[in-house]
Amino acid sequence: MSLQATCRENAGVAVVDFSGRITLGEGSALLRDTIRQLTGRGHKKILLNLADVDYIDSAGIGELVSGYTTVRNASGELKLLNLTKRVSDLLQITRLYTVFDVQNEESLAVRSFR
Amino acid sequence: MVPPNKRIDITLETVLESVDLAESIVMRVSGAAGFDEDDCHKIGMSIREGVINAYNYGNQKDRAKKIFFSVEFEPEKMVVHILDQGKGFELSQVPDPLAEENLLRTSGRGIFLMRAFMDEFDVKHGPEGGAYVIMAKRLPGFTGDNGASPESRRKES
Repeated sequence: MSLQATCRENAGVAVVDFSGRITLGEGSALLRDTIRQLTGRGHKKILLNLADVDYIDSAGIGELVSGYTTVRNASGELKLLNLTKRVSDLLQITRLYTVFDVQNEESLAVRSFR
Repeated sequence: MVPPNKRIDITLETVLESVDLAESIVMRVSGAAGFDEDDCHKIGMSIREGVINAYNYGNQKDRAKKIFFSVEFEPEKMVVHILDQGKGFELSQVPDPLAEENLLRTSGRGIFLMRAFMDEFDVKHGPEGGAYVIMAKRLPGFTGDNGASPESRRKES
């Protein structure tokens, strides 16, 4: 299943609902392009909703890290929302839980941005 | 269940589609061998990472080169071999992606994931110099206790 992304705004936060697999190729490219477009438009608060993403490979993880760095370098914040168990396990074993701010509820996630 | 001592050999093109193809083949084979959904996912992802390495770093996306991929069943485990036509690498030289200074690196997690998800993992130099990845997963029901499955141990006692 290829990746799909839908962007919306919630109280000044750019929320991206992803659905599918974030893997080497189109999936990781879509993630990269989406984050670049949002930062290019001046968004500094970005929340990636991964509720419908049940598969991320090392290329997808690399793209998430790249996105995190891109947003941070633009003085913004990128957070993750609603991880599936597999994605959550993946972030645990790669220690990326210590890097990303992972949220479980959108309203709280939106309020957590500075 | 797949009968033991069976082997499947596949030659993959150095194209992105080979990554999905290898993953889907091994998912099907491991499902038929009786692995549960979680193990099939881990095996599939490991093979995906192995073929990504061969495609990206080994063969460097050179379509003239091939990726040799095989799945074989030994009595106690499923063994996967992935061989590329690149220059190969030393496993000991691969940076630890869990080290603080590497956490924000955008690559270098594939080897770690293969090691984490499979029971055995090694990288050697292939006969012509490419990276030769060998990884294995114990078959369902095999505990690794002197090669005896729970069933055979019950029969012995």
